[in-house]
Amino acid sequence: MSTSADDYLDLDTLLSPDEIALRATVRAFVDERIKPHVAQWFEEAHFPRHLVKEMGDLGLLGMHLTGYGCAGRSSVEYGLAAMELEAGDSGIRTFVSVQGSLAMSAIHKFGSEEQKQTWLPGMAAGDLIGCFGLTEPGAGSDPASMATRAVRDGDEWVLDGSKRWIGLASIADVAVIWAQTDEGIRGFVVPTQSEGFTATPITGKLSMRTSIQCDITLSGVRLPADAVLPDVKGLKGPFSCLNEARYGIMWGAMGAARDAYEAALAYALERRQFDVPIASFQLTQAKLVDMVLEIQKGQLVALQTGRLKDAGTLRPEQISFGKLNNVREAIEICRQARTVIGGNGVTLDHSPLRHANNLESVRTYEGTDEVHTLIMGRILTGISAF
Amino acid sequence: MANIVVLVKYVPDATGDRTFTSDNTVDRVGVDGLLSELDEYAVEEALKVVEAGDGEVTVLTVGPEQAADAVRKALQIGAHKGVHVLDDAIAGSDAAATSLVLAKAIEKIADYDIVMTGLASTDGAMSVVPAMLAERLGLPQLTFASELTIEGDTIRIRRDGDAATETIEASGKMVVSVTDQINEPRYPSFKGIMAAKKKPVETWSIADLGIEASQVGTAAAWTKVLSFEPRPPRTAGEIVTDEGDGGTKLAEYLASKKFV
Repeated sequence: MSTSADDYLDLDTLLSPDEIALRATVRAFVDERIKPHVAQWFEEAHFPRHLVKEMGDLGLLGMHLTGYGCAGRSSVEYGLAAMELEAGDSGIRTFVSVQGSLAMSAIHKFGSEEQKQTWLPGMAAGDLIGCFGLTEPGAGSDPASMATRAVRDGDEWVLDGSKRWIGLASIADVAVIWAQTDEGIRGFVVPTQSEGFTATPITGKLSMRTSIQCDITLSGVRLPADAVLPDVKGLKGPFSCLNEARYGIMWGAMGAARDAYEAALAYALERRQFDVPIASFQLTQAKLVDMVLEIQKGQLVALQTGRLKDAGTLRPEQISFGKLNNVREAIEICRQARTVIGGNGVTLDHSPLRHANNLESVRTYEGTDEVHTLIMGRILTGISAF
Repeated sequence: MANIVVLVKYVPDATGDRTFTSDNTVDRVGVDGLLSELDEYAVEEALKVVEAGDGEVTVLTVGPEQAADAVRKALQIGAHKGVHVLDDAIAGSDAAATSLVLAKAIEKIADYDIVMTGLASTDGAMSVVPAMLAERLGLPQLTFASELTIEGDTIRIRRDGDAATETIEASGKMVVSVTDQINEPRYPSFKGIMAAKKKPVETWSIADLGIEASQVGTAAAWTKVLSFEPRPPRTAGEIVTDEGDGGTKLAEYLASKKFV
């Protein structure tokens, strides 16, 4: 019975033995190294830095990139890993997304050979941490309005400005910073030790408490001429990285939803009211069924998107479909799972509300619901509403 | 230089329902199975030994077709090659017959310095195969190692007993069994999963090992399982509602069970 509840439609038949083996490795890692401690990390707003090296050893960091010490796995395998990680906690999956899909993929896609050799092997191994600076205090959904500026001064670049909500920045060794220049938006590889670079963790978060997001200030940061990412100009640079991360998110959200559903099911079978397990009530069964319907549909969306990505035919608006749908449904599932657990569900003893709170961030970052809706609306109507 | 043969076993998943075949032996074919968790410690320890020096780790299993999964998992973790003894005649073999098959397979592998095993299988849980194997191979045995150090061709282990901790050593070829205290087994890395597909696995029958069908299987077993009875599920505990007399009720309960 438990098998059909986890995989009602036998979706595993759509996966290869390699994909299933990789998923099993990540699931075991999450069960043993993350789940037993995650409630405490969340409560203490603690990022488990000690896991970074372990995740590097597994091959999780930049796993869908090839060469430079990266594992060279497929998009579907990357998605499966994201789903398992987020079944642990969105904060851990977010770290892997920021490191691999944003920071490493920017260097991998657009960096010089020297930049790749300098940074990627250490980042893949988990010896070095990277971050990705696009969002600013005044530039969220509209990154073209960014105020951070890079100016040439002889052989050097000088960066001034500020960034906000930058994951991992305070513990990062390297930051990919996007800035306006005379020739449009360019990306810069900035060692965080550079003078004038300051990252301050944002406190008071009610979400994503097992990972770090920061304010960055750049005041007169001087960089050598070769700090610029040579192979891209304009917003298509950061957007192509965001597409990588958005793709992982649509899988990850379903991992959080699955974990919340499993918690609700276990509780419903155990918890007795009116002399029977609450799973005997029709209203409880309806909630559980609705969760499984959306989890299975969301997984199918993610898998199809992954297969398109591996085939090289995936269009950006198709990523919006999965990101919008799966995160929206995942929040709903996690909140509904909390209601099954009742009052006890508002504590960290149970995962659903922690997942739901985390997903508030996931819903907003990498394109809000509104932005993805308008991307799809533009495709459907041919009219841009933004 | 140490070439190590690690014995691995494919066991039913302990989280699933245990079923038995018509001859009262554990059903290993019709259920989900996996590499016995206790064997992961042996694979890890063997890898640590060869990584610290050199040599190769060969994993050896005896079991039905699905037992290849246990070999594959060990190769994904990092072992170099595998041997799978697969023969319908082996089904239902007891520990003595299993140790015979293993001994003959190890003799056929020939190029080894250490035979390493877990402390027991998670299904049979007898812990006797390492000793039987050492006897058949005429090798010293260092069993239940919770720590292992190597100097030249001498291995020293720590064995934690109930009353004392022993330090034991042996030299030359030997059989070593390790406990779940000896290390923290690694997870198969993504590269390991891919690399395992290219690693050589040989499949041998008992004829390849010079063993007659009459020497193994249910008929050759020295003991016979006459019957089995699933244990009744645990009954729900008794919940005492504290109406001001909770302490008294607890004391009465403990007294009724003669705990106080």
